[in-house]
Amino acid sequence: MAMDVDTRRAGLRRWAGLALAAGTWLVLYRFNQPFWDWLIYDVLGLSPQSAEGSALHFFGYDVAKIGLLLVGIIFAVTVLRSFMSIERTRALLGGRREGVGNVMAAGLGVITPFCSCSAVPAFIGFVAAGVPIGVTMSFLIASPLVNEIAIGLLLGMFGVGPTLLYVAAGLTIAIVAGWILGRFHAERWVEPFVFETRLRGQVIDSTAGLTWDDRIAMGRDEVVTILRKIWPYLLVGIGVGAIIHGWVPTDFFATYASASNPLGVIVAVGLGVPLYSNAAGVMPLVQSLYGAGLPMGTLLAFMMSVVALSLPEMILLRRVLKPQLIAAFIAVVATGIIIVGYSFNLLLT
Amino acid sequence: MKIKILGPGCANCQRLEERTKEAVEALGLDVNLEKVTDAAEIASYGIMRTPGLVVDDTVVVAGQVPSTREISDLLKN
Repeated sequence: MAMDVDTRRAGLRRWAGLALAAGTWLVLYRFNQPFWDWLIYDVLGLSPQSAEGSALHFFGYDVAKIGLLLVGIIFAVTVLRSFMSIERTRALLGGRREGVGNVMAAGLGVITPFCSCSAVPAFIGFVAAGVPIGVTMSFLIASPLVNEIAIGLLLGMFGVGPTLLYVAAGLTIAIVAGWILGRFHAERWVEPFVFETRLRGQVIDSTAGLTWDDRIAMGRDEVVTILRKIWPYLLVGIGVGAIIHGWVPTDFFATYASASNPLGVIVAVGLGVPLYSNAAGVMPLVQSLYGAGLPMGTLLAFMMSVVALSLPEMILLRRVLKPQLIAAFIAVVATGIIIVGYSFNLLLT
Repeated sequence: MKIKILGPGCANCQRLEERTKEAVEALGLDVNLEKVTDAAEIASYGIMRTPGLVVDDTVVVAGQVPSTREISDLLKN
């Protein structure tokens, strides 16, 4: 009986703690704007019309806002994702035909917890379970391209419309690119040892037997890990925005990078490929540039190329994929992103 | 006891290594700790999500970083 009371008390403490944290978050989020109005305009006495005033206000307000969004979203997403596992995803995809398989793989890529550092073991694990190469590629493309953290941030910063467009475009790229790579008979460009890898031992489900306390601890750990990794991107991205906000003439970008500039999207993708960050790291810069008047299609193309095509991941994948397949992968995905960028610029103007 | 940390060197893998070392030290175990970073070898353990912890050729942790106490419990068994 004593045990029973103890577990109940622990449960109460856990949920009360979580509710308290959520309440604090909401209060901070709600009073972010008034706080910076008060600090910059009243205490420091800067005018909202002055370059320094508007730049400082932009910087403080946005760092706090995006920081809060990140904490909330990463925590919620990690806890929710702890109910899904890559082992379950593989079981769902095993023996699935191309076509339907590509669609499922792209969708599962969004919700399965996955880090690009596991791309190679996951690739081998999928292929060993009989998942076709093209379907596996759909999964590997969708996973970084459309992740829930990006979705949450887009919702918080740009609203429902751009978010839905982004998700639809990302899924389409993953499905079509994976399908095309499958048509190429990409098997011949996979290192032969992959097909010979025999799995020893029993596969264990990485999320089996987790308690609520485990899931909450995972969420907290993930918030710390990601924020520790991306805080310089956050400050630089918003810093750029603040400088643009205060000092760059508003028609500067409109003149050089408007939607009607035929090279805009291609330049954005070209700049994005060598840069590597996750969605959480690149979003602050995207928001800053959007505020400066850059078109949404160009920005989403930039963001997609940063998250989906990265040199470090290609080097990792080189372990299992021959250069031909890596080249085809980059070409197909980059083409998809460029098409998406131009169509968005057309649709949204 | 032979312990292997499976992972290409991502943040979670390093955290698992730190915690495992803490647990080993706290328990005063005599272990042979090895880091496995080769993806093909990692995959051959049936792991698709790093990091992984292998004790005497049995996978005991995959895809998550347990607390130091949980690792101690795993090592005691």
